[in-house]
Amino acid sequence: MIQEFKKIWKPYTIGMLWLFGLLWPMLGVHSDGTLTVHETFRVWGYILIGSAACLLLYMVKKGGYLDIIGDPLSRATSRIQTRAFAVPNWSWQVGLIVLACFLPLFADRYGTDVAINVLIYICLGLGLNIMVGLCGLLDLGYIAFYGVGAYAYALLNSIYGLGFWICLPFSAFFACLAGAIVGYPTLRMRGDYLAIVTLGFGEIIRLILNNWMSLTNGPNGILGIDAVGMYLPVFENGLTFEHFWMKKLYLFYYLVLALAIFTAYGIRHLNISRTGRAWESIREDETAAELMGVNTFIYKLLAYVMGAFFAGLAGAFFAARMRFVSPESFTFLESAMVLCMVVLGGMGSIPGIMLGVFALIVLPEVFREFESYRMLIFGSTMVIMMLFRPAGLIPAKRMGTRSDEREG
Amino acid sequence: MRLDPSSAASFYPPKFKKLRIMEYFIQQFVNGLTLGGMYALIALGYTMVYGVIQLINFAHGEFFAAGGYVGAITLGYLSGLGYMQTHPVLCLSAAFVFAMAYCAYLAVGVEKIAYKPLRRESRLAALLSALGMSIFLSNGMMLTQGVYDKIYPGEMFQGRFDFGTVAISYLQIMIIVLTALLLVGLNILVFKTKIGMAMRATAQDKTMSALVAIGSNKIISLTFAIGAGLAAAAGIMYGLYYGSVRYDMGFIPGIKAFAAAVLGGIGNITGAMIGGLIIGMVEVFGAGYFSSEYKDVFAFIILIGVLYFKPTGIMGENIDDTRV
Repeated sequence: MIQEFKKIWKPYTIGMLWLFGLLWPMLGVHSDGTLTVHETFRVWGYILIGSAACLLLYMVKKGGYLDIIGDPLSRATSRIQTRAFAVPNWSWQVGLIVLACFLPLFADRYGTDVAINVLIYICLGLGLNIMVGLCGLLDLGYIAFYGVGAYAYALLNSIYGLGFWICLPFSAFFACLAGAIVGYPTLRMRGDYLAIVTLGFGEIIRLILNNWMSLTNGPNGILGIDAVGMYLPVFENGLTFEHFWMKKLYLFYYLVLALAIFTAYGIRHLNISRTGRAWESIREDETAAELMGVNTFIYKLLAYVMGAFFAGLAGAFFAARMRFVSPESFTFLESAMVLCMVVLGGMGSIPGIMLGVFALIVLPEVFREFESYRMLIFGSTMVIMMLFRPAGLIPAKRMGTRSDEREG
Repeated sequence: MRLDPSSAASFYPPKFKKLRIMEYFIQQFVNGLTLGGMYALIALGYTMVYGVIQLINFAHGEFFAAGGYVGAITLGYLSGLGYMQTHPVLCLSAAFVFAMAYCAYLAVGVEKIAYKPLRRESRLAALLSALGMSIFLSNGMMLTQGVYDKIYPGEMFQGRFDFGTVAISYLQIMIIVLTALLLVGLNILVFKTKIGMAMRATAQDKTMSALVAIGSNKIISLTFAIGAGLAAAAGIMYGLYYGSVRYDMGFIPGIKAFAAAVLGGIGNITGAMIGGLIIGMVEVFGAGYFSSEYKDVFAFIILIGVLYFKPTGIMGENIDDTRV
């Protein structure tokens, strides 16, 4: 512990003094010509206490003083883990789905609303996962595809009066088209250039939605979009089908649940297919992948189109849920939030992304009084994850076995 | 009256427009020069950092916003003490000095915390860390300074020269002159001094420059500090020019300045200056002659076009595979 302390106290002290110097001009200099320090000391003190506590815990753990509690705990978790792996994979999935099916019975309106949000973001996160996690293409304008899907349904509905189920393929199609349009010129670039160009494309799409007054009604958005209509069987006097508007929240919840399950299984199957392996090879080494006969351009374009496809579907559901769309919902911060979910959960890992979405949607709802700190925490989460656990909370498992593992 | 380059079109009633094409052009040219100078100052930070560690510093736009805030705070403090009325030029210089120093300080710390540990990791990791830092900083500014626009204190430099119908405000002259001075100073620093030589050497080959006893960590810190200082100067100019600052104001100018850096050839200092001027001109003329609603789109289209047709930019050398 002393060793650890010796190593750490100097950078920590310097960092804290640096932080004080950073905070003071922002908090302590007032426009009436006075200088104060107590506000700065208050904020700084909170940060100091919090970080010192974390540091102390870290040092105690490193020094081995926690082994008395930690050893039985880790043994217990490893035992649970082996048990958990012994249980077949499908039973977890069935359990989760059953739990999700019974949720509206226990949750009130608010809870269902949050659950719908979680499911829609799971679709978005998994879609973004195709680009970032599987193919290694960082996309910072992902939310634009979601916006295209939402606006496609909103416009087709409000202008031509088409129903939800007819518009759904169109939403997906237009999002795919947008994905191809964005992807085609940008995929010659690599890495960080691609990130900033997709950011630019996302902003272009948002600006078009914002400024094309005659079509999209600009920043005011489109009001009065129809809810989802469905023919449900009615068993009074024989079997007849009647048309229902799915305005009840729990009915809509089941629709979104179906979409999320479809997305998760679709992406799982893409992941273990030939296409998924091609994507992973592009992520690992593009030149080597091309050398092995993978048509990298087509596969990267396909990653874009597939990612946009799921975003478009989610967008149509979002428009039907809110019954209102406006460009405000599709800003860069939304893209960053989805990206943060993927990064937190683990790029390329489906259960990880579900956990990441759950953490970043449900926790802010629980800690409502810290609402204004939300984006601050998102930002720092991204930095901290990259520094200490770049693979995410539940790292992705590599599909199949590598040749060197098989030989050994 | 606050000057907005895009509202210059409304100066003239339609029937005079044809008669005054030349004046209108000159007016827009001056506006474009002002805006382009600011973009050039921001773009230099991107290009220098990219030249040294091949990282797009997403948080650079936030350095620009922080500079604007510190300038506003300093000017507010000094006007609260009453010095603004007696010594306006001195106060403004103090604001520039403080803001540039503050941002250099901020940037050095950010580099040590968020970028240095990831220098050997994959580029995706560094990029995500930079993005997180950008979100963190802009929200930190929001929490300490409030969600609303912060009005820039003082009605300095409000007078203007009138040449016929062309109006050039003192503020625009100040911005253009100061930008030119900073750019010349940077050129001297990079191309004529020992430190500049060390920076160029580090940008070319870190291992080799370490062998001739150049501390690459120090040079990287210095690069961040200089880039952030220039961005801070641009932040104050932007605040004075538009009359207010906002916590998220770094985002759009940041992307535009990045477009300028790419247009000039990323890693190339002269290129970034030229690129900034071109982006500023395109934005002002696009807003004046085509449509002011889509003025943000022009820079993005230039960015995409340049990356598609000539990724090395105007002045860039051949970029090998690892860079593009």
